[in-house]
Amino acid sequence: MSITLAQVIVSGLLLGAVYALFSSGLTLIWGMMNVVNFAHGDFVMLGMYSAVVIWTALGGGPFAAVPVAAIMIATLGILSYFLLVRHIMRGPMLAQILGTFGLALFLRYSAFWYFGADFKTLPDTLVGGSFVLAGIRFEGSRVLAGAVGLGITLLLHVILTRTAVGSRMLAVSEDATAAQLMGIRPQRMQALAWAMAGAATGIAGALIANFFYTSPTVGETLAILAFVTVSFGGFGSVLGALVAGLIIGVVESLSAYLVGPVYKDVIVYVLFVLVLWFRPQGLMGKA
Amino acid sequence: MRRYLVTGALVVLALVYPLLVAGFPVYERLGALVLLGAIGASAWNIVGGYAGQVSVGHSVFFGFGAYSAVVVYTHLGWPPIAGAPLGMLLSVALAAIIGVPTLRLSGHYFSMATIAVAELVRVLSSTSEFLGGAQGLGGPAMPRTVFDLSFLSATPFYYIFLAVLAFLLGLTWWIERGRMGFYLRAIKDSERAARSLGVSSGRYKLYAYMLSGAFTSLAGSLYLCMFGFVDPESGFGILISVKMVVMAALGGAGVLFGPLVGALILVPLEELSNSYLGGRGAGLTFVVYGAIIVIIARFLPSGLLSLFERRSPARPPAKMNVASGHAD
Repeated sequence: MSITLAQVIVSGLLLGAVYALFSSGLTLIWGMMNVVNFAHGDFVMLGMYSAVVIWTALGGGPFAAVPVAAIMIATLGILSYFLLVRHIMRGPMLAQILGTFGLALFLRYSAFWYFGADFKTLPDTLVGGSFVLAGIRFEGSRVLAGAVGLGITLLLHVILTRTAVGSRMLAVSEDATAAQLMGIRPQRMQALAWAMAGAATGIAGALIANFFYTSPTVGETLAILAFVTVSFGGFGSVLGALVAGLIIGVVESLSAYLVGPVYKDVIVYVLFVLVLWFRPQGLMGKA
Repeated sequence: MRRYLVTGALVVLALVYPLLVAGFPVYERLGALVLLGAIGASAWNIVGGYAGQVSVGHSVFFGFGAYSAVVVYTHLGWPPIAGAPLGMLLSVALAAIIGVPTLRLSGHYFSMATIAVAELVRVLSSTSEFLGGAQGLGGPAMPRTVFDLSFLSATPFYYIFLAVLAFLLGLTWWIERGRMGFYLRAIKDSERAARSLGVSSGRYKLYAYMLSGAFTSLAGSLYLCMFGFVDPESGFGILISVKMVVMAALGGAGVLFGPLVGALILVPLEELSNSYLGGRGAGLTFVVYGAIIVIIARFLPSGLLSLFERRSPARPPAKMNVASGHAD
C-alpha cells in the first residue's frame, strides 16, 4: 500500500516537472510583456514533431532531438515576436488573443496538412525502458523529462533573478520606457525572452514526445494545462509555475488513484478555481 | 442619409437572401450558419466587447443551451426548442455562480479562470449518464410536430435566426445608448476610475455577464434544433468559446455590428472550404484561415470596423482605449 502510494506520488512529481517545463515558456512571455500566447500548445506540438522527424528520418534519439527542437522553436519564437507579437502587444488584449490564436490555427493545420492527422509515437526503448529503485518503478523517458524539466525551469529562474541579462529583462517588463532610458533595448530583450521561451518549449516538446502521442491537435490539450499551471503559479513567476506544476502533477496522480481517473481533471480545475478565489494573483504572482 | 440607405439596403438583402440562393442548399445552410455564429458572438460581445471582460469560456453557456434543448426531448419527450427558456434560466443562474468569484479577477486571469470552468464542465458532462456521456445526445430523428423544427431546407432556420439576431442587436443597441452602456464602457476604460465615480462595477459586470450568458445559451439551443446532436466537445469545447471571441474581435469588439461582420467573414471561409475541400485540403484551408486572422490582428488590431470608425461620430469615444492599449 505505502509502496503504491509512493509510486503514485513519484509519478505525480515527474509529471509535474514536465508540466512546469512546458509552462515555463508561457509564464516567461506572460510575465515579460503581459501577452498570453494562445499558440503556446502548438509550439510544444512542433517540438514534439521535431523529435518524431529526427527519429523517423535520421534514427536519432533525444540527445539529437532536444537541441534541434530547442533551436527550431526558439527561431519560431523570434519570428513570431518580430512579425506579429511586437505589433499586437500594444493593442487591446483581444488583438493578442486574435493574433496568437490565428497563429495557433496556422501552425496546427500546417502540421495537419504536412504530417497528416494520425497519431505518432516514439518507441519506448528510445530512452532506456524502465527500472526499479526502492520498490518504485521508474520509466526512463519520464525520469529524463522530469529531471530536465526541473533543471530547465530552475535555470530559467536563475537567469531571470541572478544574472545581468535577467535584470535587464525584468527592467523591460517593469517599464520599457525607463529601461530604454537606461540604455537597454526593449525589443532586443523581448526577442530574447521569446527565444528563451521557445527553446524551453521546444525542449519540452522533444522530451514529451517520448511518452505521449504526437498529433497536430495535441497542442490544444497541452495549452489548457499550461494555462492552468501558469495562472495557478502566478503570472510571470517561473518558480511559481514549477511549484504549481508539481502540485498539479501530484494532485492528478493522487486523485486518479484515490477517486478514479475520470475525475483527476475535475479535481485539478476545482483546485485551480479555489486558488484564484483566495489568491487572485496565483500562488507566487505579484499582487 | 447615406448611412440609412446603406443600412436599409443591407436589411433588405438579409431578408431576401434565402430567395436569392433558393435551390442551392449549401448557400441556404451557409446563411443560417452565419446568423447563428453572429448570435453567439454578439451575445459574447455584451460582456467581452462592451464591458471588456474577455471570457474564453462562453462555451459553458452554449453547451448548457444545447444540452437543455436535447435533455427536455430525451427525458421528457418535449420538442427541443422548449428547452431554450430553461437553458437561458439555468445559464443566468450559472453566470451568477461563475461570475461572482471570477469577475473579481483582472485581465488574463479572468480569461484563464473562464477557460478552466468551461473545461471543468466539459469533463463533468462527459462523465454524466444523464447527458449521454462522451457520446452525447441526439434530438428527434423524425419530426413529430412542427414544434420539433425539423425542416428539409435551412431557410426556416435562417428566418428564426435572423429574428433572434435582430432582437439581440436591438437589445444591445438599447443598452449601448442607455445608462448601463455608459457604465460598461467606463468599466472597460478603467475600472478603478469608474468605481471612484460611483459605478458599482461588480454589479454591472455581473449583469452583463448574465445577459450575455442567457443569449449564448439561446444560441446553443438553436444550434441543437438545427443540428439535432450535441456531445461534450461540440457543446463545451474550447473551440466554441474561442470562435465567439475571434468573430467579435475580427469584426470589432464592443461595436454593435462587429460580431456580425466577423461571422460574415469567418463562417463562409470555414464552411465553403469544408464542403469543397475534404480531407487534407481542409488542413490547408485552415492554414489560410489562420493566416487571415493573423494578418487582420497585425494590421487592424481593433477589428475590421475600426476602418469606418470616423464615419460614426454619434458613438461615444469608447474605442479610444482600444487604440491606446490595455494596461494590465
